[in-house]
Amino acid sequence: MPAPLDPSPRLAEYAHPDRLVTTAWLAEQLAAGAVGTSDLVVVESDEDVLLYETGHIPGAVKIDWHTDLLQPVERDYLDGAGFAELLGSKGIGRDTTIVIYGDKNNWWAAYSAWVFTLFGHQDVRLLDGGRNLWVAEGRELTTEVPEPAPADYPTVERDDVTFRAFKEDVLDHLGKGPIVDIRSTPEYTGERLHIPDYPEEGVLRGGHIPTARSVPWATAVAEDGTYKTRAELEAIYQAGGLGITTDDEVVTYCRIGERSSHTWFALHFLLGLEKVRNYDGSWTEWGNAVRVPIVAGAEPGEYAA
Amino acid sequence: MSDTAPLPAVLTEIRESFLELGERERLQLLLEFANELPDVPERYAVAPGLLEKVEECQSPVRAFAEIEADGVHFYATAPAEAPTTRGFASILAQGLTGLSAQEVLDVPDDFAMMIGLNRAVSPLRLSGMTGMLTRAKRQVREQLARG
Repeated sequence: MPAPLDPSPRLAEYAHPDRLVTTAWLAEQLAAGAVGTSDLVVVESDEDVLLYETGHIPGAVKIDWHTDLLQPVERDYLDGAGFAELLGSKGIGRDTTIVIYGDKNNWWAAYSAWVFTLFGHQDVRLLDGGRNLWVAEGRELTTEVPEPAPADYPTVERDDVTFRAFKEDVLDHLGKGPIVDIRSTPEYTGERLHIPDYPEEGVLRGGHIPTARSVPWATAVAEDGTYKTRAELEAIYQAGGLGITTDDEVVTYCRIGERSSHTWFALHFLLGLEKVRNYDGSWTEWGNAVRVPIVAGAEPGEYAA
Repeated sequence: MSDTAPLPAVLTEIRESFLELGERERLQLLLEFANELPDVPERYAVAPGLLEKVEECQSPVRAFAEIEADGVHFYATAPAEAPTTRGFASILAQGLTGLSAQEVLDVPDDFAMMIGLNRAVSPLRLSGMTGMLTRAKRQVREQLARG
């Protein structure tokens, strides 16, 4: 049985209010003993691989984007069997409500939510405001690591079409629909490319995908790290802002796909845009690829077919 | 950089203490290092601009290596919500402090990859520690050149 919805009026205005929960709601579920049951599992996904160990929401399990969700050799996510094993080991069944939270304004939490959505897990919610807000409100943390009873999660093949874009898909998309670049302005213009003393993660070319509009991820976030109101989000991405309409097919990208998951979540679940794909190859692929078009500077640029 | 210089004793000890543990326990040990990161000396605490920002680390970390009369000192500061970065900085603070300038320059550039954290932490994250070490060496080299 899925966990009850968070009835907060603040969430009701979003297209899919069932995709967010407030810290107050989660605290209530905790007090009611609902966290860590087959109905509700709380997952922490952080950029920092050790942060969970320093203290986490009681009953929360840890899923690390890098060591759990990505394959160790190929640059791709777990397959269906691997995903089933991972979620089962965390006590998550196919009908379990998953509430995800994490550091850095939920970047990695949104990334996990996106990956879980590729596997078609129905009830995935984000804790609005993430770990920062939970901590700032002085709510309970523990270092006690739960040992959930393993659940039986079915093997489901990942859907790499509906919400995921590959480089070829993006090339094909050029000139047909909006692209949102979530990186910082210097990354977008191409001004910032070379990081001194640091060859490994370097990208060979700077700039952005032609026609991509720059909306750094933080634009979507209020001061306390929660998502902005629906009206504010609409003004940024839709009429009065980027002008995205409900029929548009949209692609989001950043550097490796994590910050753009945060925006993907806002566009798809909060604004209700149906066709939004996240390009997880993002700039670390595009900026190194041979013979793909790139635009440098502050203008989105044209796509010459 | 020399390929033949032996790894200094403290770094060898740190390396061995990681390698003798299982993968999960290695994270716990890194967390212990994070908790042991010493405060920066007063002169840096009042003027954090003296410390150089390490851009490779996704978390705000500032670090500086300095040649003093008793050898090199490595100072770093990183916020509590970045325990992995604190752990890396703490390993270098313990491992580099007290070495001669030449010994610091001889530490293998890929030391971060030698301590058994590739799987538990991921190579991408470990590159933050490589960045810190590279910076420290450059700072030592610059100070040597100034004499």
